[in-house]
Amino acid sequence: MRFLHEFRDPQAAEVLVRRIRKVADSLGEIRFMEVCGTHTMSIYRYGIRRLLPPNIRILSGPGCPVCVTPNAFLDRAIALARLPNVTIATFGDMMRVPGSTSSLEREQARGCDIRVVYSPIDALRIAAQEQHRRLVFLGVGFETTAPALAATLLEARRTKVKNFSILSAAKVIPPAMQALLKDGPLRLSGFLCPGHVSTIIGSRPYEPLVNEHGIPCVIAGFEPLDILYGFLMLLEQVSEHRAEVEIAYRRAVRPEGNPKAKRVLKEVFIECDAQWRGIGRIEGSGLALPNTLEAHDASLIEVEVEPTYEVPGCICGLVLSGQRTPFECDLFAKECTPETPQGACMVSAEGTCAAAYCYGRIEEE
Amino acid sequence: MCLAVPMKVISIDDDHATCVIGGVEREVRLSLLPEVHVGEYVIVHAGYAIQILNEKEAQETLQLFADFQGDIGETG
Amino acid sequence: MRNDTILLEHGSGGRASRRLVEELLVPYLKNQVLERLDDHAEIEFEGTRLAFTTDSFVVDPIFFPGGDIGKLAVNGTVNDLAMGGAKPLFLSAGLILEEGLPVADLKRIMHSMAEATEKAKVHIVTGDTKVVAHGAADKIFINTAGVGLIPKGVALSGHRGEVGDRVLISGPIGEHGIAVMAQRSGLDFVASCKSDTAPLADLVAQMLNAYQGIHSLRDPTRGGLAATLNELAEQSRIRIEVEESAIPITESVESACELLGLDPLHLANEGVLVALVPAEGADLVLNAMRNHPLGHKAQIIGEVYSKKLPAVILRTQIGGKRVLAVPTGVQLPRIC
Repeated sequence: MRFLHEFRDPQAAEVLVRRIRKVADSLGEIRFMEVCGTHTMSIYRYGIRRLLPPNIRILSGPGCPVCVTPNAFLDRAIALARLPNVTIATFGDMMRVPGSTSSLEREQARGCDIRVVYSPIDALRIAAQEQHRRLVFLGVGFETTAPALAATLLEARRTKVKNFSILSAAKVIPPAMQALLKDGPLRLSGFLCPGHVSTIIGSRPYEPLVNEHGIPCVIAGFEPLDILYGFLMLLEQVSEHRAEVEIAYRRAVRPEGNPKAKRVLKEVFIECDAQWRGIGRIEGSGLALPNTLEAHDASLIEVEVEPTYEVPGCICGLVLSGQRTPFECDLFAKECTPETPQGACMVSAEGTCAAAYCYGRIEEE
Repeated sequence: MCLAVPMKVISIDDDHATCVIGGVEREVRLSLLPEVHVGEYVIVHAGYAIQILNEKEAQETLQLFADFQGDIGETG
Repeated sequence: MRNDTILLEHGSGGRASRRLVEELLVPYLKNQVLERLDDHAEIEFEGTRLAFTTDSFVVDPIFFPGGDIGKLAVNGTVNDLAMGGAKPLFLSAGLILEEGLPVADLKRIMHSMAEATEKAKVHIVTGDTKVVAHGAADKIFINTAGVGLIPKGVALSGHRGEVGDRVLISGPIGEHGIAVMAQRSGLDFVASCKSDTAPLADLVAQMLNAYQGIHSLRDPTRGGLAATLNELAEQSRIRIEVEESAIPITESVESACELLGLDPLHLANEGVLVALVPAEGADLVLNAMRNHPLGHKAQIIGEVYSKKLPAVILRTQIGGKRVLAVPTGVQLPRIC
């Protein structure tokens, strides 16, 4: 697999780790935050934390779009699923996320028509083939996914697939990164910025973090060498007292991002405020459908949704904003496990808690 | 949220392309990119190509890692 | 049991499946043979040791590259017996057919089962057929049970793992899992993967011939290599460390997993086995495997390091370390 294997080379990894140790040696406590669920996963999957020197702490931020989707969205999706002529199509990630009283997986077990797809285009195809069903696609994702949702909506409109609609929970990440800095005392030394989100948005949206908060930002890819290189570049900025937005993932990210994808986004979505599970309302962080696309807007479908219920004791919000680690949650690994998730951080494959539970609990003898 | 893979474009039909990674083929939409050519590598997410992979930059990054290896060798 | 209904997850071979068996099923049926929870039961009978096992097959789609539900049903039960070191002899086959199943499909499956029994050198000596109304079953479900004879001196069990044992695997992982997933609609990708379903009794015999002291054999079906290694770790109370780069995997499976966001260590295998072998016998067994058509890609992938807290640790491709956990949930394609 070209452009993957080369970025997993163990010898190059060793060299990068040695270089990281060398730069980090003279620095005090370093706290980097990554804000992308795929980074969280990759770091755990390759065992990167334990390769880094002990003065570097890696915090996980709210980078998992599944984790930050509030219960209310799931509850609405479930209510729609229970309607007789509705088919729900969704990315696999959403199936096991708990809503207030149920999950899509449970509803599927009870007979609701819920189908997992790899692409919103697959959902559009199902809608075209089954015109007697109302197809609702759960539009969860950040800027990596939003253009795909937008392009699919445009195709639905162009090809007149009237029964296709999207329930949007799409969000944008830079406002959330800003919000994190306004809140608690995170004392961040730098942000590892999401590689594929940046493929779309480019590097400019991160400049306020540098200009207003003086926090180094490096846009990194997802293979182990990409992540190590990203951390190295961040360390070099810290060591040289610089704060800039740099691109480590140059094979996929251009400073201007993907202009065509950005135009498609603008053509379809309007900016709105959005609710982030555990963090609260963040201004300008959501993407909603405009009036011109109301025929394809599933949020306008009339349905009764049950009242929202959040699990007490669940500190997903604090975990998502990097203020606590999963190990500091009372429910972690006791009531809350991947099999019995209490909050989204545990159920999503990329959730911070799920990753910690599945990959991180190595007991030394 | 960023699960995307580099795939090689093997055929194009308007804004549909057939792409391949390690012998596995899938249909990919090109509607988010201006112009793509057969033989190029694209980053694919949720069935859409979101960027053309810059092979030159990829090689330069790998070369940088190789140079780091050289540095370490010199200082022992 | 935390749920009031059974979920798909309870059948996927991971954590939930184990809980279902250990917390709900076994407590009702208590006995020493069952409680060992190996894939086969070992029964001593007038000086002869019998292996006895059963398995049900509900795979969807029923036809897939490399095989079908019938072939799977024969090989699956043959393999459960083989993992006990037994020579598989006789099988039963219970068919539950959905009203509306095309007779042509049933003929195809029976033909396939006949071929598989011939290849595995077993006989289906008894069976049963039921038909249920349309919708009450998904096309066809098959249950097979099997008996075999365990030769003297062979003592294979998931409980026998010891410090110093090497972990061996007979071939590349994930072939069956991907072959089946490629057939599912909504995913639409083309891969050349074929199910690896195959009878392993002959391979096992060769391995035992080379070295009789093998401790455990297990075939990593549902839940994949991750589930199987964790089962062995639990049963023997051992800490196993595995080298990621040593685990054989084909490019197609690896690529399909990248594309769909699947973990190959969680995918089902139907023609692969894992062995725990004392260090002194490891190379002998490895060579015997490599000399057999079903084991020519065999590798030593890890070692048993201690006997206190059960754990499975993976040394990653880049030299890091992480836990290889029991899989949770049904494997679903992801974007995240």
